[in-house]
Amino acid sequence: MRPRFVPGDTVRVRQAEPLGHCRTPGFVRGHSGRIERVLDEFPNPEERAYGRPGLPKVRLYRVRFSQPGLWPDYDGPAGDTLDVEIYEHWLEPAGP
Amino acid sequence: MASADLHPTAHDHDHDHDHEATPPPDEGWGGYGPELETAVRELLIEKGLITADAVRRTVEAIESTTPAVGGRLVARAWVDPAFRARLLADGSAAARELGVDMGTTRLLVVENTPDEHNLIVCTLCSCYPRAVLGLPPAWYKSFAYRSRAVREPRAVLAEFGTVLPEGVSVRVHDSTADMRYMVLPLRPAGTEGWSEEALAALPTRDSMIGVTDLRGALALAGTKDEGEDKSRTGR
Repeated sequence: MRPRFVPGDTVRVRQAEPLGHCRTPGFVRGHSGRIERVLDEFPNPEERAYGRPGLPKVRLYRVRFSQPGLWPDYDGPAGDTLDVEIYEHWLEPAGP
Repeated sequence: MASADLHPTAHDHDHDHDHEATPPPDEGWGGYGPELETAVRELLIEKGLITADAVRRTVEAIESTTPAVGGRLVARAWVDPAFRARLLADGSAAARELGVDMGTTRLLVVENTPDEHNLIVCTLCSCYPRAVLGLPPAWYKSFAYRSRAVREPRAVLAEFGTVLPEGVSVRVHDSTADMRYMVLPLRPAGTEGWSEEALAALPTRDSMIGVTDLRGALALAGTKDEGEDKSRTGR
């Protein structure tokens, strides 16, 4: 499948609390960041965790967040960043 | 880790599938992991699906990998700009050139520059580039490191003795899914003209995780005064 997002796109991580295994850290849910790079497609870990094959594969991205945007009392310069790998179904477009 | 040992082919990746809410084994989980591993391993051997020898060989391979592998990749990148470019573009493929097999995981190498310092963490469990750095240090798996490396990376760096020059951005990488990260440290000043082999001895495990840099590398290595001075005044 063609990637839904390209590097530089602003995306928001879904604010969701699904039951079961997932690999989206709670501290980025609901936050916006930019696609740092598009990675490959991988079997869905949310399925694989329960012994299923996790197909079709899902697209993985690296999303770059501003640290002061994640932590209101962040102790460091505005340019510090946190990159997190996030699967496509956790991302939605977020403005320009 | 025990479960990963059991499936060297079908399950050859190095995170533990811990859910976010599961404390790591070193901090009070205290559970039945070892017993479960023994029981499942013995059943699989009994059923002829794996052999005790295959398990032993896999464990030996895991335990014999050291950060020297990562050091070789770093040194090659320092002396060979074309290799450096390939390493940053596709870490797994570049590692394969030096005979390093990442298995089912992908190696993603992030490069320190005079303006950017990279730090690796796995907040959800303990993903670590074992094929290039060997087994992770205990602190890498601790709740403290996993939470603080994203929350207050500069305080963590300071505790490792790493104080970055003014103007350097900190880029933290959370290894949440299929990538395994390694930092390509800055080549220490004063190593101009060194052989690739000599350079390969400089990168430390911690410098390739990113909790330290190599600014003091020459002083620690006990090299000649000239090099020591350069390492302190360089950059």
